Formats: sequence, C-alpha cells, structure tokens
Amino acid sequence: MSQILKMVAQRFALGFLTLFIVSLIIFLGIELLPGDIAEEILGQSATPETVAAFRKELGLDVPAHIRYFDWLWGMLNGDMGRSLANKREISELIGLRFGNTLFLAVTAAAISVPLALTLGVLAALYRHSFYDRAVNVVTLSSISFPEFFVAYILIFLLSVTFPIFPSIANISDATPFWEKLYKVLLPALTLTLVVVAHMMRMTRAAIINLLASPYIEMANLKGLSRARVIVKHALPNALAPIINVVVINLAYLIVGVVVVEVVFVYPGLGQLMVDSVSKRDLPVVQASAMIFAGTYVLLNLLADILSILTNPRLLHPR
Amino acid sequence: MKSNNKITSPLNADVSRRGFLGGTAALGVAAASTSALMGKKAYAAKKGGHLRAGIAHGSTTDSLDPATYENGFSLALDYTLFNHLGEVDHTGTVKPELAESWEASPDAKTWSFKLRQGVEFHNGKSLEASDVIASIEYHMGEGTKSAAKSLLKQVKSMKADGKNEVVIELEAGNADFPYVISDYHIAIKPAKDGKIDPTEGIGTGPYSLENYEPGVRLMANKNKNYFKSDRAHFDQVELITIIDLAARQNALTTGEIDMMDRADLKTVHLLKRQKGINVMETVGYKHYTMPMRTDTAPFDNNDLRLALKYSLDREELVKKILRGHGVVGNDHPISPTNQYHAEGLAQRMYDPDKAKFHFKKAGLEGTTIQLSAADAAFPGAVDAAVLYKEHAAKAGIDIEVVREPNDGYWSNVWMKKGWSACYWGGRPTEDWMFTTAYAAGADWNDTFWNHDRFNELLLAARAELDSDKRRTMYYEMQEIVSNDGGVVVPMFANYVFAASDKILPSEQMAGNWELDGSKFTERWSFA
Repeated sequence: MSQILKMVAQRFALGFLTLFIVSLIIFLGIELLPGDIAEEILGQSATPETVAAFRKELGLDVPAHIRYFDWLWGMLNGDMGRSLANKREISELIGLRFGNTLFLAVTAAAISVPLALTLGVLAALYRHSFYDRAVNVVTLSSISFPEFFVAYILIFLLSVTFPIFPSIANISDATPFWEKLYKVLLPALTLTLVVVAHMMRMTRAAIINLLASPYIEMANLKGLSRARVIVKHALPNALAPIINVVVINLAYLIVGVVVVEVVFVYPGLGQLMVDSVSKRDLPVVQASAMIFAGTYVLLNLLADILSILTNPRLLHPR
Repeated sequence: MKSNNKITSPLNADVSRRGFLGGTAALGVAAASTSALMGKKAYAAKKGGHLRAGIAHGSTTDSLDPATYENGFSLALDYTLFNHLGEVDHTGTVKPELAESWEASPDAKTWSFKLRQGVEFHNGKSLEASDVIASIEYHMGEGTKSAAKSLLKQVKSMKADGKNEVVIELEAGNADFPYVISDYHIAIKPAKDGKIDPTEGIGTGPYSLENYEPGVRLMANKNKNYFKSDRAHFDQVELITIIDLAARQNALTTGEIDMMDRADLKTVHLLKRQKGINVMETVGYKHYTMPMRTDTAPFDNNDLRLALKYSLDREELVKKILRGHGVVGNDHPISPTNQYHAEGLAQRMYDPDKAKFHFKKAGLEGTTIQLSAADAAFPGAVDAAVLYKEHAAKAGIDIEVVREPNDGYWSNVWMKKGWSACYWGGRPTEDWMFTTAYAAGADWNDTFWNHDRFNELLLAARAELDSDKRRTMYYEMQEIVSNDGGVVVPMFANYVFAASDKILPSEQMAGNWELDGSKFTERWSFA
C-alpha cells in the first residue's frame, strides 16, 4: 500500500510540473497570436486611441512576463482572476460551465461504459459469430464518422423525422434535473457512439488475449461454462488495459467535446475556451487549460491506481 | 404570396421603398407588406408569450458594457434592455424615443433635446437630464474605449436645462445629429454621482434583465412600466446564442426557437419550403467593399482605380456570393435605402475594354496587383476575390489573391495592405457614412483618400438644413466617390432571417439593422 502512496505523491509532483509547463506554453502561444483582446473586441471599429485606453484599463500595457507571474502567483493562491473581457470572476464563470461539461460527460459515460463493456464481453464470448462481426462493424463505423456528422444524423432521425428529443440542448442552472437529463440525452448519445468502439474493442481484445493462457485452459478442462470462464476468470485479469482505455475516453468526454457543444448549443467549457482564445482572453484560457490538463493528470493517475489495485501481483510485489 | 411581389432587375431595382422585402425574388428585390405576405386580413399584435430567438452571434467574452457592443447579439440585447434618445423607423428616419422632441439652431450647431416625462428605469428611478448626460459622457474623453468616441468628437459641450432638457453644442453644424446621438452604443443608463455603471443591466427598455450568461443566453421580463404602450408585447424574451448555422435552422424547424437571424443563403430555398416558417428579407445599409490605399503606389493612380472598377462583374458577385440576396453597388457607400441615394448616377458596368484602356493609361501593363482577402472581411470574401481575378484577367489585368488569416484581420490587414476586402454595416445617413470612412483624416478612412471638393461638400451639406440643397450636394459627392474614390463597392447585402408563422413581425420593418432594426423584441409579437 505504501508503494501506492509513494506513486501518488510522485505523480502529483509531476502533475504540477506538467501544469506549470502547460500554462507557460499556453501563455506564450496566446502572446504569439496576432492581435490582443483590445483589438479583437473592438474589431473593425478599433482606433489607436480606443485600443490604448482599453489596454490600459485591462493592464495589458504591462510587459508579458510580469503579467504571467502575476497570474501564476494568483493561481497559486487559489485566485483565478477575472475575465479580461467582461470582468467576471473566472471561478464563477468556469464553475457553471464545468458543471455542465461534467454533467454531459457523466451522462455519456453512464451510457457508454456499461454498454461498451457488455458488448465487448459478449463479443469475446461469441467470437467470430455474426454478432461479433455486426457489433464491430457498427461501432467502428460510428467512430469513423466525424462527431458533427453523427450529431446531425441523430438530430435528423430523432428530432426532425421522429420528434422525440429537442435538437438543441438549451439548459440553464435553473433547469430541473430530469428535464436536463432529457435535453442532454441526444448529445450524450452522440458521444456514446463516438467512444463506444474504442472501449468495446479493447475489452474484447484483452479478454481474447487471455483465453489462450494455461489457467483458462484449466478452467475449460474443469468443465466450466464459457460465460463463467470469461466473466470470472478472464475478465479480472483483463481489467488493467480496459480501465486505461475507459479512463482515456472519460478524459476525452470532458475535454474533447467542443464540436458536440457547438452543434447542440450546449454551454460547456469547450465553447468557453474557444471563445476566449479567439478574443485572446488570456486568464480564462489559462484557467480552462489548467482544468483540462488537470483532468488528464488526475484521470491518468486514477487509471494507474485502479490497475494496481486490480492486479495482486502489482499490489503485493515481492 | 408570390403574386404580391414585384420583381425588378438588380440594376434599376426599385429599392427606394424601404424596409420590408418579400423573400421570393430570385435576383431582384420585391416589396410587400407583412400582412400581405402572411395572408392576414388585419394586423393585430397579441400580448403575452415567451419569445425564443436564436442569434448567430454572442461570445463568452461579451459584456453589458455599451462601449464594446459590436455584434448582433449585443445589438439585440441593447434594444431589449435600453432606449436611446431617438430610434430609426421603417422609413429610415430617426424619431424621438427617450427624447420627446428636439430642436436645432439655424446653423445646426446647438441642439436641444426635450426629454419624455414620466419615464422610469427598471429600478424605479425617473429619467432625468443628468442620466442622459452621464450616458453620453461615458463614450467621450481621453480614457474611453468606446466605439462611439469618434462620433462624439464633434460635441463641444453639454448641459442640462432643467431636469427635462439637454442642450448639446457642437463644434460645427450637423443636421444629422439626432441620428448620431441615437447610435446604438449610446444607451441611456441611470447616473449615480454623475457617472453610469456600464456593466449593470438597468435601463428604460421594453424588458428588464432577468439573467445574462454571455455567449449563452439573455432572459428578460416585460417592463410593466414601459413608456410605449403599444410596444413590448411578449411577457418574456429569451435570446439564445446559436452560432452553428445548421443548429440554428434545426432549432427553428423543430420548434425549439421561434425566430432566427442570418439564414444560410445556400439553403434558404429549402428553408422556405418548410411548413410554418416565414423567411424574410430587408435591404439595409450593409455593403461589402474593397478599399485601396490611395496614398500608396500603385493605387494613388486614379486610372488604375478606374481600371479595377471596370474589371469587376458585380452582377455575378451578387448572384454567386450573395445568391441573389442583395443589390449591386456603384462604388460608393450610399445604399438604395438611404434618403439621398443618387438614383440618377449611371451604374458602373463590367467593361473589360474600358478597364484595359485605363490600365494602359496608368502605365502599369504587366504588373500584378495584390488583393488581400479573408472570410473575416465578409462571408465569401475569398471567393469574391477569386471571381474578381477571373473577371480582371479578361481585361488583361493580373490580380493576385492573397489569402489572409481571419485572426487579426482588422488589425493587420485592413488599412495596412494596399488593397483588401472589408465590410461596412452602413450608416443611416450619408453624412455619417462619409464622415466615418471617406472624410480626409477620419480614423476609418480606409482608402486614405483626400479629395478637396468632396471634403468641402461634406462640411457644407452637414450644416445645411434644407433638404433639396443637401440632396444635390450628396448626389455630387456620390459621383465623386464613384469616379475618383479608392473603394470598389461590389454589392449591398440584404438581411435574410426567418421566423415561425406563430410570430407576427411589424407591418413595415426597419432596415437599419437585421431583424427589424434589431428591435424585434419590442416591435414583434405572437400572431
């Protein structure tokens, strides 16, 4: 157990280093983009005087490295700062959006993870059957289409042709839970179609990989049913790679859904970040990037811990 | 509904009828009143209901601050929560709004605005002259970032005459000052100790702010004390940012929203076929331009400018870039909707021979002319530039289209490169448009043009209160810009938008902005 704690501590230290490097890269990247927030917000109507006045108001007349360290200091003290564009507290701005992003990700995960695991186990069980091939073809096709295409097809089928679901996920924090769930179901289905293949294929492959092992042969020779052999004997040993793939997909559901957000007009974090990049609203971009990078770091850590916990050989090394 | 439309050719389009235009005309424009279009016998606005409007703009970085209003969402927000001293009606004329009336001195230098009495802000405060002065002052002076700053440079002094009158003295006479002071940036907000709080949403407008999430939505409830009794029919309005075109049109056809702006010109014919959807179109002031820097070679040569003006097939651009939803331009920025549009001025035609002649006269044969374009300038700008290249090739002029990045286009390309693509939302008055972008030394004189006679006429016409004299002067100015100016104006783009048939738009729509001058929350109702 102490080994796990040591690993967690190590990972946290590395994670902080990663976040620091990410923040530096993002800051430099935005600084390198042409134009700054004053020019982008004033757009065509900008004049040198109004741009200068705007910059002064925002404190952009200060050199870049000082602004970066100011931001870093604030961040280390738990203050994300305020949006340059509309002076709103970033924690408040992002909190709401991140809540929405998590809600969608959790809904999509709640559908896709059990579905993918079940499909994968069944595919391993009935290997090379018609079912196996069919489920492979369907999931691989759905992952091969771009997300917006899947989204439009679903909208066409489920809200235009058969008006079951709304075509836009227009929610606010005042929307009641069940209504919210109903409204995000279509985007969640889109995401499910996009991520299921990856997890399902990994489950199938990991299990099949083990089926040639001597202990599985032993189980077969004992006369156990195929279902029992797979679920009780093979699956526990196949968990480590499956967990890794599931977690990567969970991270994707949180950080990579901006296209789905746009198509369904869903007020998530991705849209916030895109808007902020295009207007060069640096503190918001930094804060969103920190959340995204942090999500990856934490989920990867979780995957490693779970892999160790599910593997007695790693949990009790000699 | 087709029978009501009068289709005219784009070149002599009968667009002096302002405002509402039926959407069925393929190339030309057609005029019809809403009630005729919708097959209704009498126009009767119904009270109540919750309006959901899908708007193609709106970003997380927007704010309530009127100094930085710039997109379609902030315009709609502006006209939903706030009022201005005047409003532009469907004929393109400015009418008193928060002002009850205004008066100018004979030299048009001193303007006094009498305020409407009994108008209350959403917080219960009564409107007074000090509020108006503070609201205007916010856009003036050294430290302001407001886009209205250059408009208000002409203001010399402001003072309150009692509680209900504001007297504004200008540096020089301006007959169009009521238009200027009604600019959408100059929203009237309550003053506290002589200053407004720019980031709060309290105004006198038809709806009061319930909740604003920038880049997502605005919710506003009916202002029960609204001073216009025959306006603001909805109980609640919800403006939703839906940037994705397909999402917006899907939302409209599946009934998730009641109306939307910016229909997709490529698929608008399919949208029209949908049952229960009305597609509407207005001619406004919006035009696409290609300004040349007349202060730098080779564009300082008027023969080259003329050569380039003659080597563009404007009709093809209207047909292919606007899909017919617009009218050809005549190399000056005055829209057919404007009051003093020079109707007698001959339309510039595509004429490769004349282009060749002027190009040769300019002595530039064999040189390549660069045209910078990006879709940030206007949708389809790059395609338009490529078409231009093809047209000019027939006159022996070699145009090289330089594709620029959308990011930073307005700061790095426009007014920097010799010849670039641009758009103008347009202005309701000739003076405003010319002063903004054509007067010598103006901040946005994107052609860096300086024409003595033009500048002289501009000043004279501005202070002239006699309409006929002004008309003559503005006609001459349009002719000068067309023949000598540095701008190619290929076309004026119509506003195309759609609503469900449960929505009853105004009988006559204003064309100064999209969606009935962007005042749809105040002017429209459920049918």
